[in-house]
Amino acid sequence: MMNHTLKNPCKVSPGTIIKGKWHGNQYTIIKELGFGANGVVYLAKGRNGQVALKMSTNGMSITSEVNVLKSFAKVQGTSTLGPSLLDVDDWEVNRSKISFYVMDYLQGIDFLSFIEQKGKSWMPILILQLLNDLANLHDNGWVFGDLKPENLIVTGPPPKIRCIDVGGTTVRGRAIKEFTEFYDRGYWGLGSRKAEPSYDLFAVAMIMINTAYPKRFKKTIGGLKQLTEAICQKPELTKFNKVMIKALQGHYSTAIQMRTELLAKLTQPKQDDRKQPSAVPITKKSNKSVKSSPPLSRQHYRKTKKRKGWMDFFVILALLGALYGFYIFTKLL
Amino acid sequence: MYTGKLRQVLLITDGCSNQGEDPIAMAALAKEQGITVNVIGVMEHDVIDEKGMTEIEGIAASGGGISQIVYAEALSQTVQMVTRKAMNQTIQGVVNRELQQILGRSKTMEDLPPEKRGEVMEIVDELGETVDLEVLILVDTSASMKTKLPTVKEALLDLSLSLNARTGENLFSVYAFPGKRADVEKLLDWTPNLQSLTSIFSKLSTGGITPTGPALRAALSSFNQKPSLRSLLASDDESYFEESM
Repeated sequence: MMNHTLKNPCKVSPGTIIKGKWHGNQYTIIKELGFGANGVVYLAKGRNGQVALKMSTNGMSITSEVNVLKSFAKVQGTSTLGPSLLDVDDWEVNRSKISFYVMDYLQGIDFLSFIEQKGKSWMPILILQLLNDLANLHDNGWVFGDLKPENLIVTGPPPKIRCIDVGGTTVRGRAIKEFTEFYDRGYWGLGSRKAEPSYDLFAVAMIMINTAYPKRFKKTIGGLKQLTEAICQKPELTKFNKVMIKALQGHYSTAIQMRTELLAKLTQPKQDDRKQPSAVPITKKSNKSVKSSPPLSRQHYRKTKKRKGWMDFFVILALLGALYGFYIFTKLL
Repeated sequence: MYTGKLRQVLLITDGCSNQGEDPIAMAALAKEQGITVNVIGVMEHDVIDEKGMTEIEGIAASGGGISQIVYAEALSQTVQMVTRKAMNQTIQGVVNRELQQILGRSKTMEDLPPEKRGEVMEIVDELGETVDLEVLILVDTSASMKTKLPTVKEALLDLSLSLNARTGENLFSVYAFPGKRADVEKLLDWTPNLQSLTSIFSKLSTGGITPTGPALRAALSSFNQKPSLRSLLASDDESYFEESM
């Protein structure tokens, strides 16, 4: 019922002026940016320049998205998670009421087109950025939920990945609000639909698969087997297959774990790929945690950190010594 | 009226009823008992005729629920979406009634300024996560549904996966119509898990008439029988939810 009537009132033509009932702000529609199950997003001109305006006849979904964006705004340093919220209001037209909210307009290209244009080498880099943002999101008690390339754009330069649709963002521990089958671990029979960090990390691995299969694929036998085969058939993915398979199995409990291991794969010298066995004890070259499990590589990380810590210590000591010497020197004069 | 438990009927069909009482009237009867009726119309390559469409929309409208026509491939996504949406709609209805009591008549959530609406929405979200849910699934197994039944099974398993991720309790019951002997046949009694459907569905025979109305009536009576049995076990649970309101 709702869905039949949903699309029409929200379809407005360029030039339409949207006036808020409560706050009185006016927005002129420039063009449509996209639409989803819960409404349409437009590029619009507000008093202070271009904005993105999302409207829906389903006031509930608008309100709950606004709640998510508001809670992002409260947390320090989460500005990269989603666009920032500028206004929330209702637009009364033809005796019906359409709820809308206004956010920053993030100008960029969608994730898959960006990789197609700039080359596959960008894929892991953007994924690293995404994992960082997800770690931040998870730390603040949220799970993104409906993570898919359509909800990611790359802004810049410098290229930076941004999440644009918070419609599926769910409080940790609850049931995922919105999902898309291909990126949903429940669909593949690989886990529950509980909002936990590993749910998003599964989707990240599926996004990586998606870059090699732009048209996606259907579930045949399902499960880990089908996905593993899909990874093994594409040389650009095999390099990361260990990390991806661990993510698909839900073995990472934090985004940072996955990020650390992905980064290790990337920085690993190419010729060392196979030759250096795991039996070799940890040497100075910090890059080869090829076979190591997550705790090992973290230890590794701590080691390099410790070494750096000593360096800092000596530099500061020398500096203080010099200053003290100078102080004594001036006193003596 | 609100017992801290949501009751829904989910009717999955592909066309028009052709025997017995008017299903739209039966849906209205369900609504009177506080049970929401949602309808999903499944198409394959063919389209559902005008008459079937009108009936599907009519049942949902008078049953206070949601209707959706989908292709068989999109069934899983739709079944869970419709159930959730209907659940939220019911909760929102309850919250609106509470608001009316506080703020006076004709005030609903939509009449609040956007800032206040957010706070109310948090309550709606919270309830959607924690409320107990009973879903009675009514599957049309008339001849034309035969090829769609494996997809229906997948969709129902997917539904239980989605709902069981919630904190609240879920109970499912599955009925097929027409049954072997009667208008409707019980496939699965109230259970929190739909996993056992797999074996039942493979044995299911299809064919015959489409007695949607009588099936709905029979299904409703199953809601009425059960609580007396279950209330012995879960009585303290219910009072907890009333407090949390």
